[in-house]
Amino acid sequence: MYQYTETDQTLIDERVNQYKKQTERYLQGKIGEDEFRALRLMNGLYIQTHAPMLRVAGPYGLISSKQLRMLAHISRKYDKCYAHITTRQNIQFNWPELENVPDILADLASVQMHAIQTSGNCLRNTTTDPLAGVCTDEIEDPRPYCEIIRQWTILHPEFAYLPRKFKIAVSGSEQDRAATQLHDIGLYLVKNEMGETGFKILVGGGLGRTPIIGKVIRPFLEKQHLLSYLEAILRVYNLKGRRDNKYKSRIKILVRESGIEQMSKWVETEWLQIKDGMEVSEDRISNMQAEFKPPWYETLAKQDASFESSKIENSAFNTWINLNTVAHKISAYRAVYVSLKAPNSPPGDITDKQLDAVAELADQYSFGEIRTTHRQNLVLADVKQAELFALWQKLDKLSLATPNIGTATDMICCPGLDFCTLANAGSIGIAKEINEALDDIDYLHDIGELKINMSGCMNGCAHQSVGHIGILGVDKKGVEWYQVTLGGSSENDAALGKRLGPAVAKNKITQTIETILDVYIKQRQDNEIFLDTVNRIGVSPFKEAVY
Amino acid sequence: MKIIKDKKIIEDNWSHITDDDAISLGNITISLSRWNDEKSSLGSHAGKIGIRLAPSDIIEDISDDLNKIHLIGLEFPAFTDGRLFSHARLLRSRYDFKDEIRAMGNFMPDQVFYLSRVGVNAFQLNNSDELEAALSTMNDFTVQYQTSTS
Repeated sequence: MYQYTETDQTLIDERVNQYKKQTERYLQGKIGEDEFRALRLMNGLYIQTHAPMLRVAGPYGLISSKQLRMLAHISRKYDKCYAHITTRQNIQFNWPELENVPDILADLASVQMHAIQTSGNCLRNTTTDPLAGVCTDEIEDPRPYCEIIRQWTILHPEFAYLPRKFKIAVSGSEQDRAATQLHDIGLYLVKNEMGETGFKILVGGGLGRTPIIGKVIRPFLEKQHLLSYLEAILRVYNLKGRRDNKYKSRIKILVRESGIEQMSKWVETEWLQIKDGMEVSEDRISNMQAEFKPPWYETLAKQDASFESSKIENSAFNTWINLNTVAHKISAYRAVYVSLKAPNSPPGDITDKQLDAVAELADQYSFGEIRTTHRQNLVLADVKQAELFALWQKLDKLSLATPNIGTATDMICCPGLDFCTLANAGSIGIAKEINEALDDIDYLHDIGELKINMSGCMNGCAHQSVGHIGILGVDKKGVEWYQVTLGGSSENDAALGKRLGPAVAKNKITQTIETILDVYIKQRQDNEIFLDTVNRIGVSPFKEAVY
Repeated sequence: MKIIKDKKIIEDNWSHITDDDAISLGNITISLSRWNDEKSSLGSHAGKIGIRLAPSDIIEDISDDLNKIHLIGLEFPAFTDGRLFSHARLLRSRYDFKDEIRAMGNFMPDQVFYLSRVGVNAFQLNNSDELEAALSTMNDFTVQYQTSTS
């Protein structure tokens, strides 16, 4: 993975000092609340219901074992011994003290990490496929471009006070595992007719209150123009994006109101004037690619016979292999999902002990690297088949091997009313209830691939509008209700879910999900997954059964 | 009143004329709309002329007049309005404006570093007690990822 140069390290060290001084001046009353709010947000610090929340950047989801151990240390020293993985591959701490944040940032900087621009109206952490570099359907590894983009975004002086937050995702594979179409800018690595790799660029996607799927602004862009094109989009957005209403300030609204043709004209006009001065050289790209070169795989290792026999002898292991691991481009390896969706744990949470243990397992089995995923799990991307059984046993002891990746209990869930000042309704409690209701593992596996996303308010942090089943908490006269949508997707076939009907009461929501699943089981054909059944039969049969 | 210019704290030698005030002698700044209304009569003004821009003004619209203008004031209605950062960058890099670009109004000392990186070389803070602090922020970073405009 990418290792900081002296410049990178100096920059984040200087950033820590800057923020330390700003915090001191704030505590001395020399910076006002509104001003400090903007400054702390751009260092990842929110003020939540109970305490500040610090969001640490996981650059395109890639973390080393050393960094993971530091996160464990921070959770012990400054928090309540756990951390939370977010949908943007970041890591959150829910209980730090404002006064301690400069020290936490210094600890992070000591392992090449930071919290720069993880919130605020600025360029956020760039996300990508958690299987980048190892998946079987890759056109090109997106991570070198993610790092080039990361460096361009960090402390960009012109775009620190945008109309609203701005999120970029890059996908390098056939199958989109980065929700690319639902980002302010979505980049797909594609090949043109000449066989050259470049970018297909989407703009104006996003979730939140007004979910919109991004539109193609350029079908093919040569690699060397990546940064100038991003800069052109950002300059147009910075100058023309609405600033009168924060709910209409995202670039998706500018694109919707002006139309993609007009948007494209503005961007192309701007781009033509800057592109020659901002080229990303071939050298820079190849040097960056060298930073992400594959580890020394044992390509000659024969298929290990013990792996096949363990699968036959141990059905629990076999189930875990089928659900929580995926094929690797090197056939003697697999990528392993570490499930953070155990029945008794809030979705995406991981304790200090688990963090340390996963770091150890990464060192032992996966070249010391860990990835965070959009669906709030972890991945050990390079595990030898022969070692999967041992790894499974260890993960199982740590409650990190729940065989539920991609199934109904692998929910994306926001912190909800329990932690967040914005939320209208609880979400962690509902997730637990649904998890308990779907406890029967055979039933869960019979339902198969199903993405349930649940947000505690319409800001939609858990992406409910693109869940196969979306659950949205709403407040009706002080009572928590839940609105259900069906048929959303954040993948290649990106779609927004359709409303099932009126919101259901808190004590009916789990039962509603069960009824929906009953309809699916009755109606499905052959190996059809839930989403395909909804797309084929529509929402009505589900609606009739529920109401 | 004191301001920062070219990394030094100096006395401001410009008068900032509101739209209702009479034009005075010497170096003056006026709003863009006043410039548009009165530019023909201002041709004989004894002193330099500067224009104050709001975030919604479009730089391209004044590009033909830039050779008559010696100061562009970027007036922040609120520190959160980032359009003025793009204005500064465009003035320097696209329109080759060489004279003073000054941040004015409701911006914060903690923005001085970024503003200086997009080509702003003068800073008129609402609270002149903060000038030293603002000046020191310009040394916060010795490295950067993007090209700066000066």
